[in-house]
Formats: sequence, C-alpha cells, structure tokens
Amino acid sequence: MKNLKLILMLSVLISVSCKNEKSTRAFTEVIYYCPMNCEVDKTYKEPGSCLMCKMDLIANQQEKSRHLNEGEISDESIFHLTSLWNTHQGEIIQLEELKGKTLVMVMIYTTCKAACPRLVTDMRNIEAQIPKSNIENLRFVLVSIDPTNDTPKRLKEFALENKMEEEQWVFLQGTESGVREFANVLAVKYKQISPLDFSHSNIISVFNISGELIHQQEGLGVDNKETIHAILELTSEN
Amino acid sequence: MVLIKGGTYTPLYGSDSLKVSVQDFKMDVYPVSNKLFLEFIKKKPKWKRSNIKKLFADKNYLINWKSDMELGDNQSINAPITNVSWFVAKDYCDYLGKRLPTIDEWEYVAMANEDLPDARQLKTYNEQILGWYEKPKTFNNDIGSTFKNYWDIYDMHGLVWEWSLDFNSVLISGESRKDVDDDSKLFCGSAAIGVTDLMNYAAFMRYALRGSLNAKYALKTLGFRCVKDLNQ
Repeated sequence: MKNLKLILMLSVLISVSCKNEKSTRAFTEVIYYCPMNCEVDKTYKEPGSCLMCKMDLIANQQEKSRHLNEGEISDESIFHLTSLWNTHQGEIIQLEELKGKTLVMVMIYTTCKAACPRLVTDMRNIEAQIPKSNIENLRFVLVSIDPTNDTPKRLKEFALENKMEEEQWVFLQGTESGVREFANVLAVKYKQISPLDFSHSNIISVFNISGELIHQQEGLGVDNKETIHAILELTSEN
Repeated sequence: MVLIKGGTYTPLYGSDSLKVSVQDFKMDVYPVSNKLFLEFIKKKPKWKRSNIKKLFADKNYLINWKSDMELGDNQSINAPITNVSWFVAKDYCDYLGKRLPTIDEWEYVAMANEDLPDARQLKTYNEQILGWYEKPKTFNNDIGSTFKNYWDIYDMHGLVWEWSLDFNSVLISGESRKDVDDDSKLFCGSAAIGVTDLMNYAAFMRYALRGSLNAKYALKTLGFRCVKDLNQ
C-alpha cells in the first residue's frame, strides 16, 4: 500500500512537472464581507457574522478569475473518485492515473450474451474511425459491472478474444462498491439478474483529459457520428 | 440498530420464480437525523456545502441550511436529514462501518406494519401509506414521529423517502426500450400487469422514484438510514 502511494505521488509529480500550458477558467465565487467594514477590506469565504460588530455578513458575488493548472482537476472530474481498480494487465490504479488522455468509457461484463458484444463492437467501430495520430491521446476503457467473475485474468482473455490488445484498450475490475459508485457517476443503471447475468444501460461516455464528462451516447448500434466528432475534437486539442 | 431476521419474499417487480432472499442484518431504528449528520460533516469537511464537488451533489445539497454548519430556521435538529446525495449518504454509512440498505432489504422491512412482518395484503396498510404520500412536508417532522413496526423500526413510511445502495438497479430510465436491454417488468403497460402485487401501488411509486433518481440529486423529501451485515 505504501509503495502504491509513493508511485501515485510520483506519477502526480511527474505529470505536474511535465505540463507547460495553463488553461484558464472563470469561476464565480461568493465572498462575504462586513457591512460596516470593521476590519478594513476583510472578506470571508462563508456566511456568518462580523467578528467585531457582530453584524451579519453580506454576500457579494464576485467574478473571480482563478487559474486552473492543467494538473488540477475541476469540480466535476471523475478523478475525484478514489476507489482502486485492477487493470487487465495486473496493475492497481486509481482513475486519476488515466488523466491526460481523452477517455471513452463503457460498462460491460464478459459473460454477457446480449447487449455487451454489440457495445464492444460499437467501441471498436468508434476506434476504427479515429485516425492513428489521435489514438495515442485516447484510452478506451471497459469497466466490468461484474467484479466477481471478471478478474484481471478473465479480462485479459476477453481482450485477446476480441483483439483489443493494443495500448489504447484498458479493462478495469473494481470493488462492488467502487463499481456502483462509478456507474452512478455515469448514470448507468444495472441489476444482477442471476450470478452470470445483468441488465444494464447501454451508454458510451466520453471524458476530456481532465476527467469531465463531455458526451454520452445511449443505445445499441446507434449512429456514432456525434461521439466520434466529440472524440476528434478532444484528441486534436492536445 | 436492531436485528432484522432475514427471509424470502416476492418483491413488487418479481414473479414467483424471482423470489428474493434477504440475509439477517441490522438496521438503524430511525432515519439519520440532522443532528447526527452535522456531527458527521464536522469530521468529514469535504462534505460541507461549500466544499462538495459538483460531481457528488447537485445545487440542492443542504440548500436550506443557513451555512455550512447551521440548519435553517425552520429545521428541527431531530428531523431527518434530507437534501443529501447518494454519494454523501453512502459515505456516511461507510464512515460508521455500515452501508446503505439494498432495495430488497429496505422493501423487506417496509412490508411490516405494527404487528405483521408482511402486511401487504391488508387494505389498511396500503391506505395508510398512500395517505402519507398525500400529506405535505412530512420531512419537517422529527424522527420517530411515525409508527414503530414489527421489527421495532420507525419511520419506514410517513416521513421521508430513503436512499438505497442499489437504487440504480431499477431500470426504468426515460425511454425504456432504448438504453436498457431488459427492463420490461416495471414499465410500460405490460409492466404494470407483470407487477406481482397490484394492490401495492405505494411500492410501485417507490420503485418509480428510484428509477428516476440520479446519484447526485439532493431532494428535500429524500433521506437515508444505514444497515450493517451481521458477520462484521
């Protein structure tokens, strides 16, 4: 565990030191101040009363321009999820380690007979339409909703069977609670019907390099033009 | 917490072949109160209203509170906490070594009236619950203000709706044929006919609510309580 933390810290440090561009983003922040201005120009982050005159603080919406470094993550980033995942390559990661790549994510399970093969096909169809030069900025992430059966070994086999062995394909096994949480972030619904069978929503989600949800495609075998457009836009930016 | 003796029952959406087994478990007697929740965010400041990430709660999170640590004027310290998202409710229970109940567990306990573990066949039981659904603003009432059921659990009906761990297993999203491959049991005309217990309209409403929820929603009428597995 300690080692893992060290690795995590190092990888964060490395990714921070690599970045050279800064993206700017305007944030609206509420500032509170004392109506009597007892302590000259003193502001508060939270509502309450002035320490000197006890009058209620007044809120002031200020357009505050805050610089978000590329290394930082915004409020809506999936990288706030701290659960641990096993990859099909036998590594243990947090989602944040996928930062820096555009992510195309889908939830499947490998014993699935009905919808998942088509979802996997959809993913491959999308991948096939992305130029090689964009692929290196991309990760296609397939998250299992069946952490009991979909071990890293099983996921690896699945990757081989489906010829999804290149670097851009990532398969993840989480904990039951981590998977439930992740599904809820994606608004994916699922229910175990029997030990080897699940009902689930068919949603493919696209995230930008900071882990913010940009686009969702719902349904099976639907027109993926918009999804591809979103991916191309994101991967051409970098 | 009190012990809930497990058993097998047919939930709303199932057929006889889809009976559900519930193991023995312990359940909080009351929904989590404002008071207990305040203590929790004192220890977990990341869930303060000003700190919470948008990923984990919508803008209604604790919206009626005066500040990060202060209830609103009309809110009783002993009323159930509401306006909390699933993520926060889940973490509350995790923090105490508990967890949110599954839908099956919650519904199992909710079948009980004062005297019977399964009162769903009683006309009065259903009328009572539906009567509550018509009452406004019950979320302002204190915990323990409704009836104590067969298991010595209070407020399963009559106070607030409650989060469950797997609320997102109710597969009735917007267009049921489109995004989910098998969910015919709860929706569309055919679904209502498939529902095992047509009398249990109240339960149908609960499932419909769960199906419409998103984990970051913080609703005024939605609270939670925790359960615990016995082997812990």
